[in-house]
Amino acid sequence: MSIVGAKVIRKEDPNLLTGRGQFVDDIQPIGTTHMAFVRSTEAHALIRNIDVTAALECEGVVGVWTAADLNLPALPGVPGLERPALATGKVRFVGEAIAVVVAESKYAAADGTELVIVDYETLEAVTSIDEATADNAPLLYEELGSNTVAEVTTADDHQAIFDGAPHTETIKLVNNRCTAAPIETNACLADYGPAGLTVWASFQAPHHLRNRISAWLGIPQDQCRVITPDVGGGFGQKINFTPEFFVAPVLSKILNRPVKYSQTRSEAMTSMYHGRAQEQEVDIAFDDNGKILALRVFASQDMGGYADGTGMGMPVLTTAMSAGCYVIPNVSIAWRNVLTNTTPIAAYRGAGRPEATYLIERAMDHISYKLDMDPTEVRRQNYIPKDSFPYQTHSELAVYDSGNFEGALDELLNIMDYEGLKEEQNANRTNPEKPLLGIGFSSWLEIAGFGPPGSLEGFGHLGSWESVQIRIQPDGSAIIYTGASPHGQGTVTTFAQIASEYLGIDFDKISVRHGDTATIPQGIGTMGSRQVAVGGEGVKNASLKIVENAKSIAAHKLEANPEDIEVTDGNLFVKGTPSKSLSWAEVATFSFQRLELPEDMDPGSLDTTILQEVPNFSFPSGAYACVIEIDKQTGDARIRDMYLVDDCGTVINPLLAEGQVHGGVAQGIAQALFEEFTYDENGQPTTATFIDYLMPGAPDLPSYKSGRINTPNPNNSLGAKGIGESGSVGTPPAVINAVVDAVRHLGVTHIDMPATPQKIWEVLQGGSK
Amino acid sequence: MIPAKFDYKPAQSKEEALSLLAEYGDDAKLLAGGHSLLPLMKLRLATPEVVVDIGSVDDLSYITDKGDVIAIGALTKHRQVEQSDILKEHVPLLAHSASHVGDPQVRNRGTIGGSLCHGDPASDLPAAILATRATLVISGPSGDRTVTSDDFFTDFWETEVKEDELLTEILIPKCTGEKWGFQKFNRRAQDWAIVGCAVQGGDNPGIGMVNMGSTPVRAAEAENALRSGSSSEEVAELADSGLTPPTDIHGNESYRRHLAKILVQRALDN
Amino acid sequence: MNYPTSMTINGTNYAKSVDPRTLLVHFIREECGLTGTHVGCDTSNCGACTVLLDGDAVKSCTVLAVQANNHQVTTVEGLASENGAFSPVQEGFRQEHGLQCGYCTPGMLMAATALLKEIPKPTEEEIRQNLEGNLCRCTGYEMIVRSVQWAADNPDGVPVAIGENS
Repeated sequence: MSIVGAKVIRKEDPNLLTGRGQFVDDIQPIGTTHMAFVRSTEAHALIRNIDVTAALECEGVVGVWTAADLNLPALPGVPGLERPALATGKVRFVGEAIAVVVAESKYAAADGTELVIVDYETLEAVTSIDEATADNAPLLYEELGSNTVAEVTTADDHQAIFDGAPHTETIKLVNNRCTAAPIETNACLADYGPAGLTVWASFQAPHHLRNRISAWLGIPQDQCRVITPDVGGGFGQKINFTPEFFVAPVLSKILNRPVKYSQTRSEAMTSMYHGRAQEQEVDIAFDDNGKILALRVFASQDMGGYADGTGMGMPVLTTAMSAGCYVIPNVSIAWRNVLTNTTPIAAYRGAGRPEATYLIERAMDHISYKLDMDPTEVRRQNYIPKDSFPYQTHSELAVYDSGNFEGALDELLNIMDYEGLKEEQNANRTNPEKPLLGIGFSSWLEIAGFGPPGSLEGFGHLGSWESVQIRIQPDGSAIIYTGASPHGQGTVTTFAQIASEYLGIDFDKISVRHGDTATIPQGIGTMGSRQVAVGGEGVKNASLKIVENAKSIAAHKLEANPEDIEVTDGNLFVKGTPSKSLSWAEVATFSFQRLELPEDMDPGSLDTTILQEVPNFSFPSGAYACVIEIDKQTGDARIRDMYLVDDCGTVINPLLAEGQVHGGVAQGIAQALFEEFTYDENGQPTTATFIDYLMPGAPDLPSYKSGRINTPNPNNSLGAKGIGESGSVGTPPAVINAVVDAVRHLGVTHIDMPATPQKIWEVLQGGSK
Repeated sequence: MIPAKFDYKPAQSKEEALSLLAEYGDDAKLLAGGHSLLPLMKLRLATPEVVVDIGSVDDLSYITDKGDVIAIGALTKHRQVEQSDILKEHVPLLAHSASHVGDPQVRNRGTIGGSLCHGDPASDLPAAILATRATLVISGPSGDRTVTSDDFFTDFWETEVKEDELLTEILIPKCTGEKWGFQKFNRRAQDWAIVGCAVQGGDNPGIGMVNMGSTPVRAAEAENALRSGSSSEEVAELADSGLTPPTDIHGNESYRRHLAKILVQRALDN
Repeated sequence: MNYPTSMTINGTNYAKSVDPRTLLVHFIREECGLTGTHVGCDTSNCGACTVLLDGDAVKSCTVLAVQANNHQVTTVEGLASENGAFSPVQEGFRQEHGLQCGYCTPGMLMAATALLKEIPKPTEEEIRQNLEGNLCRCTGYEMIVRSVQWAADNPDGVPVAIGENS
């Protein structure tokens, strides 16, 4: 049986199950000092004075520094909009770093930060896009003259189509601000010695960080090493450059001691980049059959207090993917990026695509409301046919690779009893003992497998490939080194599966190393559901290249032609003559011994490095349904069932793929029903702890019912598309469509995320639309 | 997040605790299970100079049948309250309420006395204490005194227990065989209630409300209706009467008023 | 002023003189070097720091080390048997993919261990309710539920070689 596609348990687990994992805060070189930040308690203010005298006298404090003391360059960022490492003169959100304390212990560092006194001159804060774009709004950067830092208008608004269309609708949507909140917060440890700098960081892209730190500090990359040990979740939040990764090395150099920073949750909630926070105006024109004639999208992206390059790209991805699974002949897109006095925004699992999926899938249901059509039928009217790939969308970014959107819906309806649910829904509406029942659909599609050449360079990365090096050891075992930098995805296992399949080496004799710039040739990192579709393809190609060399060695020793050598069960043998055979260990040993090799082969040929490129993005898709029950008296919404049909192309490990879907779906449900990061009118966060930011727990989430279809990715030989973000992309509209469906009989057409019990109750009272 | 420095004074007995409190006055805080105090200290919302640890005072942890009343030592953990056969038989409302506090880890450490002395209107146990018309025994330098649960909760996070005093015992009249109901409405299982209620039936019924004011409160008008034999609908309609529920990010005042009525009705009907 | 604090962790006695404000989780991690127990929040919500204190699951971020003076603590490092064989809960999490990044996992394992001691054959609802104090951002919990069910169904565990296909 092929090991690719098999349910293999993970190589990663034994360490993590025994407390032998190693996260940054677990690492404590002798002499380590502890860093803590003084953070802004004001959303928008001028800093008049920072008094550090008391902090300097605090027992255990080694030093205290402000921007003026360190005179640091701005952090890497959008040209002209780079954020300072420590606030210089002005703060733009609650949680911004103002000063830094280093002490002999975590406890002393915390004590020191309490004693730093910051004198603020409070300025009026803008906490929403509306406020920030109002006339005479307070400006985050006076010199820019506006809080809108980028605006892209449409080339053609297709107004004539709208004017002549049988039906039009305008929908206003808010994609609520969320925080990814991996359970491990940001952490780093910098050790700057005479031989150079080593930074241990909880990060998703070690080489990316290494390149930026070395450029920022002006030290050669060979003397700057970044290690990402075990990383406790990332979800896109750990590909952003926050001050700690840059300030810790500077202080380590000053102190000539290791400097560690392990962020508190309270700090993480306001200082790690948030996600979503996008508002959309959506116009649709459609005919009597529910066929959509035109789509117009204007996305306003809240950037928070500083414009991050990835954050700037969110509405680009949203508008590129706005047409979803559908043939839409006329699409008009526009967007803007707006600064507000809130935590800056960047990528969060899905990054721009959940926002796209939400708008088009809400639009599909609005068509069904208007025409009184079944929502599945509206979707069937509009699907891109399965024989139309590659499919060029309105966006040059998005050429869909393959898919079978109607097939996914068919499979979804196969694993659920839609007709029975509709009957139950009708019966429940008039039965006071029963909850309201809602059934919501989402036919979703996302852009993943980042990406073709140029795609990640736009976000500041060195390239869009991923590195894979395979080295066969003299005993015939194999070590894979990769620039992919997983943090829970199980890449050590999936890459070993792929290598085992194509090398013919036992899975247990393959190790995968990642997360160290000193040992991994180069790398990009883990984001955009790219590890298998890009890195995995690299593992396969590197394996094939090594097997080719191994066959040459075996052929030389066995006096056969290389093309007659086959690899099975850890042996290389002459086709048809199994007795003429060498073990991988024998071939591997020969590969290092000049006298055993063919004349034209040098020692060390079973070692190859590939920077794997892909010609296109991949486009995972699927169909989800949510069945929700709403308490008629309290408005409490509880998901009864989630039905999930994914198409991620070839599945390497169904156990791990299912885990990725579950995690993404849970985050999607969380966004739709539980989570929203909010501020009061002064820009003070009101959800900055896990008490108020409602990350759901085990009793709050349903179990999941899964199905699968497979349209292989034609752009890589594995056929894999990626699955890391699917759940978080496809789920929110399914949940909200279900919530609205449950109260549709009251004339309700929309409830914003998160659909809290109070919001739903107000709708049940007729207090809202 | 890390507490500010303090001096640690473990007390082995009630008397030793009282003498430490007398010595350090308002510089000192009592530490029992720590599940109300330590979260505040970690956020440095509380910065006592002296922490008097009474966690090892074993003779304040008990659940005893005293005939007409059940006596509960203040250091009895939520888990013990939840699992007590005596309470399940004679004050099932309290045992059940304790099973809704926090999560299993919290219930393994938190104590009934600590929870009550925190005086949090969002906590579950104060509502049950009000509904069952418990009496609280407070020890101080001049001996023991008792206060009714009605007089115990004085202001937001404030109780009748003075700086030099210690809550030692909770006395609850037996409600054996009487009807009772408990309802807690929250968004996540581990959360505090947006609104909750504890309803104790019997000759002198009680309805304690969670998160319906600045202190734990009774729904007095609803209680009167219940006592006079009104229907559950009529009683529930009065659940918020005279109360001033807060507005916060989890629910506004009018939603809380509505929830109070629904939950009281459910507590009565179930 | 420091306070002499002594406790038995996973069968080994640790005696230290500590600042009384030292949280048990920091005593375990930094004084004793047992870094399997993690910190994930400031507010006793996430449960990553869950350990057993005299056999009961507690959040070690909300216990002072001095409160555990003269008590018994079990951490994730103490779950496997002396010969390294996984406990049923550890094995269950491996078999059923009950972890992804692994950061919340030690707390989950300890909470699940305490649960199965009290309820050897829990229902799905009992598992979910009893893990209410432990947050996981990776798994969506279903595979954690299955992992605990696996442990309940295999109280003696089934050692499986690393990498062996299931």
